[in-house]
Amino acid sequence: MRHHLLLRVITKLLVGPILLFALYVQFHGDYSPGGGFQAGVIFAVAFILFGIVFGLAKVKQVFPPWLVHKLAALGVLIYAGTGVYSLMLGSTYLNYSAFTPAHPEHGQHWGILVVELGVGVTVAAVMVAIYYAFAARPPVIHDEEW
Amino acid sequence: MSLDVIMDIVSWIAILAGSAFMLIGAIGTLRFPDFWARVHAVSVTDSAGMLLLTLGMCIQGGFTLVTAKLVIIGVFLFITGPTATHAVANAALVSGFLPKGADKFCSEKKKLSPEVKKTKAKKRAPLKGKL
Repeated sequence: MRHHLLLRVITKLLVGPILLFALYVQFHGDYSPGGGFQAGVIFAVAFILFGIVFGLAKVKQVFPPWLVHKLAALGVLIYAGTGVYSLMLGSTYLNYSAFTPAHPEHGQHWGILVVELGVGVTVAAVMVAIYYAFAARPPVIHDEEW
Repeated sequence: MSLDVIMDIVSWIAILAGSAFMLIGAIGTLRFPDFWARVHAVSVTDSAGMLLLTLGMCIQGGFTLVTAKLVIIGVFLFITGPTATHAVANAALVSGFLPKGADKFCSEKKKLSPEVKKTKAKKRAPLKGKL
C-alpha cells in the first residue's frame, strides 16, 4: 500500500472538504436539495475513501467499530425521541408544531432539523458499518498477487 | 455591442468548446483500439472540457454565490479527475498490462517501473490482456 503516493496525498487533501460538504448538505437541507440521507452517505464516503487508500486498520483507529454501532442506534434514538417529545407535549407523534405553540413555524423548523440530524447520523454509521463488514472479509486476491 | 452581449458570446464559446471536448473524449473512449489510448483520450479531454464548461457557466453566473460554488466544483474536479485516471492507469501498469509496442522501447518489463519489478520478483500470475 505504501507506493500509492499520489492517492495518499490527494486523499489527505480531500477528506476534510468532503466532511465539510456533508455538513453543508446536512444543515442546508431544508433550503436546498439535500438532507439527512445524502449527507450521511457523503459523510460515510470520506471514511470509506480514507479506508480504501490507507487500509482498514487505520480507518478503524479513526472511527472504531464500537462507536459506529453506537452511532447507528443513537440516530434512531434522536429520531424517535423527537416524536416521543412531541407526544409528551400533548400532541401527536412527530408533530413539530407542538414544540413552540406560539409560533408553529419555528417548531417545525427545529423539528425537521433534529430529525434530519438523526437520519444523517444513522445513515453515515450504517454505511461505514457496511464498508467495515465487506472490507474485513479475507481477501480473495492477495496484495502481492497484483 | 454592450458588455452583456460580449460576456454571452465569450461564455457560449467556452461552453460549446467544452462540450466539443467532452464529445471528442466520448468518441475516443469508444473508438480507440486499446486501454491506454482510451484512458488518454478520456482523461485529457475530460479535464479540458470540464474547465471550459465551468468557466462558461461562471461567466453566465456573474459575481454570485453560484459562481463561487462553480469555482469550488471546478477545483474539486480538476484534482479528482486526473487522480482517478492515475489510479486506473497505475493499477493496469502494476498488474503487468503494457501499452501496445512498449516492448520495442524497453528490453524487459521490469525497467518500466519499480512496482512492476517488485511484483515480478514475487512470481505473480500473468494478467496480461485480461483488463
